[in-house]
Amino acid sequence: MDNPDQLRDDILKDVDAASSVDALEEIRVSVLGKKGRITDMMKGLGQMAPEERKAAGQALNALKDEIADALETKKTALADADLDRRLMTEKIDVTLPAAPETLGAIHPISQTIDEITAIFGEMGFTVAEGPDIEDDWHNFTALNIPADHPARQEHDTFYLPGEHGERKVLRTHTSPVQIRTMSATKPPIRIITPGRTYRSDYDATHSPMFHQVEGLVIDKTSHMGHLKGCLIEFCSAFFEVDDLPVRFRPSYFPFTEPSAEVDIGCTREGGEFRIGHGDDWLEILGSGMVNPNVLSNCGIDPTEYQGFAFGIGIERLAMLKYGIPDLRTFFESDLRWLRHYGFRSLEVPGMVGGLVR
Amino acid sequence: MKFTLSWLKEHLDTNASLTEITDALTMVGLELEGVEDRAKGLETFVTAKVIEAKQHPNADRLRVCQVDPGNGETVELVCGAPNARTGMIGVFAPGGSYIPGIDVTLKPTEIRGVLSNGMLLSEREMGISDEHDGIVELPEDTPIGKPAVDIMGLADPIIDIAITPNRGDCLGVRGVARDLAAAGIGSLKPLANGPVPGSFESPIKVHLEFDDPDNKPCPYFVGRYVKGVTNGESPDWLKEKLLAIGLRPISALVDITNLMTIDLNRPLHVFDADKVKGDIRVRLSKSGEKMLALNEKEYTFDDEMTLITDDNGPEGLGGVMGGEVSGVTEETVNVFIESAYFDPVRTAMTGRKLQIISDARYRFERGIDPAFLETGMEIATRLVMDLCGGEPSEVVVAGGNPDPGRSLDFRPDRVRELTGVEVTRDEIQRILAVLGFEISGDGDTWQVQIPSWRSDIVHEACLVEEVIRINGFDNIPATPLPRETTLPKPAMNESQKRRAIARRTLAARSLTEAVTYSFMGEKEAALFADIPDSIRIGNPISSELSVMRPSALANLIQAAGRNAARGFANADLFEVGPEYFGDGPDEQRIAAAGIRTGQTGPKHWSDAPAPVDAYMAKADAMAVLEALGAPVGNLQVFTDVQGYYHPGRAGELRLGPKNTLARFGEVNPKVLRALDVKGPVVAFEIYPDAVPQPKAKSAARPLLTLSAFQPIERDFAFVVDADVEAAEIVKAARGAEKVLIDDVRVFDVFEGASLGEGKKSLAITVVLQPTENTLTDEEIEGISQKIVQAVEKATGGTLRG
Repeated sequence: MDNPDQLRDDILKDVDAASSVDALEEIRVSVLGKKGRITDMMKGLGQMAPEERKAAGQALNALKDEIADALETKKTALADADLDRRLMTEKIDVTLPAAPETLGAIHPISQTIDEITAIFGEMGFTVAEGPDIEDDWHNFTALNIPADHPARQEHDTFYLPGEHGERKVLRTHTSPVQIRTMSATKPPIRIITPGRTYRSDYDATHSPMFHQVEGLVIDKTSHMGHLKGCLIEFCSAFFEVDDLPVRFRPSYFPFTEPSAEVDIGCTREGGEFRIGHGDDWLEILGSGMVNPNVLSNCGIDPTEYQGFAFGIGIERLAMLKYGIPDLRTFFESDLRWLRHYGFRSLEVPGMVGGLVR
Repeated sequence: MKFTLSWLKEHLDTNASLTEITDALTMVGLELEGVEDRAKGLETFVTAKVIEAKQHPNADRLRVCQVDPGNGETVELVCGAPNARTGMIGVFAPGGSYIPGIDVTLKPTEIRGVLSNGMLLSEREMGISDEHDGIVELPEDTPIGKPAVDIMGLADPIIDIAITPNRGDCLGVRGVARDLAAAGIGSLKPLANGPVPGSFESPIKVHLEFDDPDNKPCPYFVGRYVKGVTNGESPDWLKEKLLAIGLRPISALVDITNLMTIDLNRPLHVFDADKVKGDIRVRLSKSGEKMLALNEKEYTFDDEMTLITDDNGPEGLGGVMGGEVSGVTEETVNVFIESAYFDPVRTAMTGRKLQIISDARYRFERGIDPAFLETGMEIATRLVMDLCGGEPSEVVVAGGNPDPGRSLDFRPDRVRELTGVEVTRDEIQRILAVLGFEISGDGDTWQVQIPSWRSDIVHEACLVEEVIRINGFDNIPATPLPRETTLPKPAMNESQKRRAIARRTLAARSLTEAVTYSFMGEKEAALFADIPDSIRIGNPISSELSVMRPSALANLIQAAGRNAARGFANADLFEVGPEYFGDGPDEQRIAAAGIRTGQTGPKHWSDAPAPVDAYMAKADAMAVLEALGAPVGNLQVFTDVQGYYHPGRAGELRLGPKNTLARFGEVNPKVLRALDVKGPVVAFEIYPDAVPQPKAKSAARPLLTLSAFQPIERDFAFVVDADVEAAEIVKAARGAEKVLIDDVRVFDVFEGASLGEGKKSLAITVVLQPTENTLTDEEIEGISQKIVQAVEKATGGTLRG
């Protein structure tokens, strides 16, 4: 019988020296196969004395396991080396561009409306809407703008023929939605009314179509202090300036009394326009306590209910916040503009995740 | 509304600074538009005396002047002005000063051999007017060495404020002063307005000739004859006042009317009495009557305008503009002054119809003080006598004040209730009193008499506004708006949410959102629908924006054309917005419309771009409908499409035969040709509100049941007639077995000669989902046969061998 230690060393040397899976198989057969050397030795165990046989058997089994492990390890190493060689032949140019994906975009007007809705939604406002083609009553008369009022002329209204001599108008503001809501709803009312509005004017600062959002709060107790609190919160949240200076000035609108225009602080220091603390004011919206005549016109008793309303130009807000220089470009559908000033589809404004990414 | 600071101080006794005054103006609602400081940059110019002016030795038109600028030194300079002469007092600019009118900084310069060390200035060189006939000549008694801006009245800043339409009373300087006095900026000075006795009866009488006693275009007319006047130039103080606010001095009589208009908001007209024939009759115009107005234009009237007439015909357009023929001239000797009240609405309508803008119209249409006609006449008479001499008649009065005086009940507590500000009753009383309101009664409800000049005060809220604007909007406490519920309810309703989902779904699918006009050209609109008259705009700004759009597609397609012209041929645009089919509140609807044009993308080394096709538009429509929760499995595709789509390459996705949720397909090449846009263009229109409301009110999903058995797939290919629609085959296969068939997918379409003329092969994968046990070969074979039979029966096709 061979010397087991010598045998082990010989076999492991052979395994280590094997250069292919086939060579390894040959070794396996020659050692562990039916006529292999260790198999032969296992057969020889039967002729030994029982004590001797037990010890020799254990040694042989251990040797058999060790060699089997060595064979397996070597086999994996050889397979890995084969794979590595193959992978080196599979190299691609990873600097080549991936298939192009065109990005879509959300228009700044939609995005700004979503921002406004997120802020006022947090204050308990809901979104109300109405038709773009209106009648005189909803657009003017109910809003305390009688037929001969100079304010009606200042609105530069687009007219449609209508029927039975009752002409229609393209709404000049979203106030008719306030009228429709008040006429159909019992207070308390708390709405915002974003939408398209129209005036017959076209120059660098006027577009025949533009967007407004108005707000309306009607209940028994809301007063001008609430109007001020509500709008200061809005301006500060929208422009993301914590202590934004906001100034209320007396003004005049037929549908509110008292009426206020609202300015926010800004600076033009060093030729750069910035919203926030500064030496200047910028007018951004009109507001006031709803005129009692307007409440009466909608069937709401002005001795019982009161409230406030405000109106903001959406393009103006977007221009100020996002530095868009020209009103007319909003409607030109120039892809370069839309991609530059637009927003990604997943940038959904909210008060939890923030208005702006 | 412009005035100077010193003008304001003629009515307001105050020590307040200019800034305090301008800040207060804005905060009482008289918004500051600007302050013009004419003295700026002119500080170095001083009054100086020309001690000697001699002919320049080397130049005919130049003089060498010795000038005393009042600092003890004599300066030699060369001057070319024809009026430079010994003894005159002018405006001297020393060397080193900047001359704004000619944009030059003075340096000592040799002019034809004489060193000139300064300059005597014309008004144009000072930058204060276009006057350049000669240098400024100041009165002989002017002190020398004084700042020229002080002497010339230029140190007086010009204040410009915006007046809201309700504040006609502040279209006079005195009205502005009254508001400032109420706001604590000084006190209102009394107005010198005692009557001027007349010494004779006016030879011209006034008759108001209106039929309707309740609707008088001119209810009140005060006149006065003044004889023996001299209508020369106005004195400097008056000319300077008018020039400062941009009015050109004309003659003393005309300047007086302008002064009365701006100062006291009392527009007047002065007739040359010798050109008035007979009495003055105020009446409505007759259609076709004509008059040459003071602006030298002839106007033709309809029958709704107020005319001041005499026996010759129209002499004035009431409240708007006087007539040229009877206007005053330098030769005028006898005048008739008109101080009248004209109805605001009629004045506005007249001015608008004739397109006349005048200071008078601007004031009458906002309502002037109807109780100030006679007082205004007395003040005007005194001015005429002071500046032009003459002898006044007794006052002629026709009609009377149409405003009997109004009073309102006012609960002082309403100030707090409506604004949240605590203003003491004493302060409320003080504010209202300074503004001219008279309060009677005490307790919780007061009676407040409204001053005659405040026609804008019509109800209690107006009085609250008066108190609160004078008390200061800054004093309104910013109060958080209390929430009605602890957590807000959703701000958007179902329809609004759908639009948001459609918008963001499309943007996520690589389309770019546009916002286009709601109106478009009629010709373009007609490609998409018959346009009813009700949505044609009566006064469009241009023919391209003349009807309400029946679809946003036309705007988007044209936008694609513009983008292509800029080099961007692949324009994938969408818009979520309204379309219109009538003028009623329910005749507009929201559509998510979009287009894809050109190719699927830029050239790429591995993904070759392909021309856009109808299936891309279908995918967009389906994706949005799925995102909106539409039952997409039940949608049917109809091929009876709108004319603006390709008749063979477009479809409509409907639930049932009537409810169209979306349209998609290639845009009809005829439409592209008419819009001058190169194809291909594919389009979709999705109507989010047409998607049925989900039935379940609960957010809970149906229970998920998972099968323990693997799904298996079987493929079938059928040879059918080429016009058999894929949907028929899918529908038939699906119906072959109700329980086990989970899905049917089309995976191949093939047409070729091998199949025969007019045939195609369409291959489907059927997914079977066992529920009870693994399917045996026999069971699968049975289902397969059912599928084949069902498809063959439905389509007349055969299983492809």
